[in-house]
Amino acid sequence: MVITEKEKAEMLSQLAATNVSHCIQCGRCSANCPVAWKMDVLPHRMVYALLNGEADTLLEANSPWKCLSCFACAQRCPKGVSPAAIMEAVRLTAIRSQGGNKLNPNELENYNDKLPQQALVAAFRKYNK
Amino acid sequence: MIYNYYPGCTLSTKAKELDEAARKCAEALGFPLVELPEWQCCGAVYPMASDAIAERLSAVRALAAARENGGVLVTLCSACHHVIKRVNYDMANNKDIQQRVNNYLGLEVPYTGETKVLHYLEVLRDVVGFDNLKAKVVKPLQGRQIGAYYGCLLLRPGQVMSFDDVERPEILENFIKAIGATPVIYDMRNECCAGYMAVTDKSICKQMVGEIQDSAANAGAGEFITACPLCAYNLLENAGATKLPVSYFTEVLAEALGLNEGGAD
Repeated sequence: MVITEKEKAEMLSQLAATNVSHCIQCGRCSANCPVAWKMDVLPHRMVYALLNGEADTLLEANSPWKCLSCFACAQRCPKGVSPAAIMEAVRLTAIRSQGGNKLNPNELENYNDKLPQQALVAAFRKYNK
Repeated sequence: MIYNYYPGCTLSTKAKELDEAARKCAEALGFPLVELPEWQCCGAVYPMASDAIAERLSAVRALAAARENGGVLVTLCSACHHVIKRVNYDMANNKDIQQRVNNYLGLEVPYTGETKVLHYLEVLRDVVGFDNLKAKVVKPLQGRQIGAYYGCLLLRPGQVMSFDDVERPEILENFIKAIGATPVIYDMRNECCAGYMAVTDKSICKQMVGEIQDSAANAGAGEFITACPLCAYNLLENAGATKLPVSYFTEVLAEALGLNEGGAD
């Protein structure tokens, strides 16, 4: 079954459940994102891509894998849009598909022994299913 | 009132100091913590998608257990508090999530968000009161310049967490005053520490922790306090040239109440 880009965008919109049509492209989310400097598609461009049904742009971006889920973008958006929810929708779409896991447990063998469990649980929740 | 307590995975292992000091101080301040007889890890991150039902179950199990034992649940770790408080909000306000979680759990009485979730700091502020706390301090931490590090999870989203003013919080600063030290306000106190990037991209942690450490040091802070084990880890293990010491807020509380011999970290 071939899924069109439009259908993928509809699925992403449903998962994200945030009203991107309210976005005014002011860029405050990107200005407040502490990790925007690592992203290839800035948070406000992620919103714009979803509004335009550009699912491939969203699914190919590295941004969701750099996002910290700190909710600064959503908290400070003047229009109540949540770029964080779009990042989560993209992550889930990727990791819910077979073979979509991003974090290989074998690569973590030598992590710092002070690393709290909380960090491992969080990372595996965000990067794997 | 019964103070049901949810410690969470990290407080039973890598962050025992946060937990042990909290229990001791709660006892001394008249709100002994009663650990839930059974609890599971909260999942550490809030499941944002509304179709993520399995990821909400452990929080709801803890919330329902607290409902059967007086209706109050105290949390301590910022991540546990964030997850449990937000899932509780979903259970009270999102009919679809409410129904699907209850269908799965099959509780005798469906859970619909009845439990009151309180962070330990909220108990100090709203039940004990900072004035009363101040009166119980036997060893005020005079001369200590403490930067409160809130991070992101305690405060945001403000509408759901309703913990404090989301951009200009003061609960930790008022706590610091109550134990006799001086709070230092600095720009980065409610910015993220980079959280789980400690596992996947340390360069992000180093950059962000560097900014937080410099911001606090430049404002005159001599040390940090925090409520979150992952913040504490990042602030110390991913610091650069500036590396202020970090304690959990319950450790400095125990110190001020004369409940331990040690000092700050």
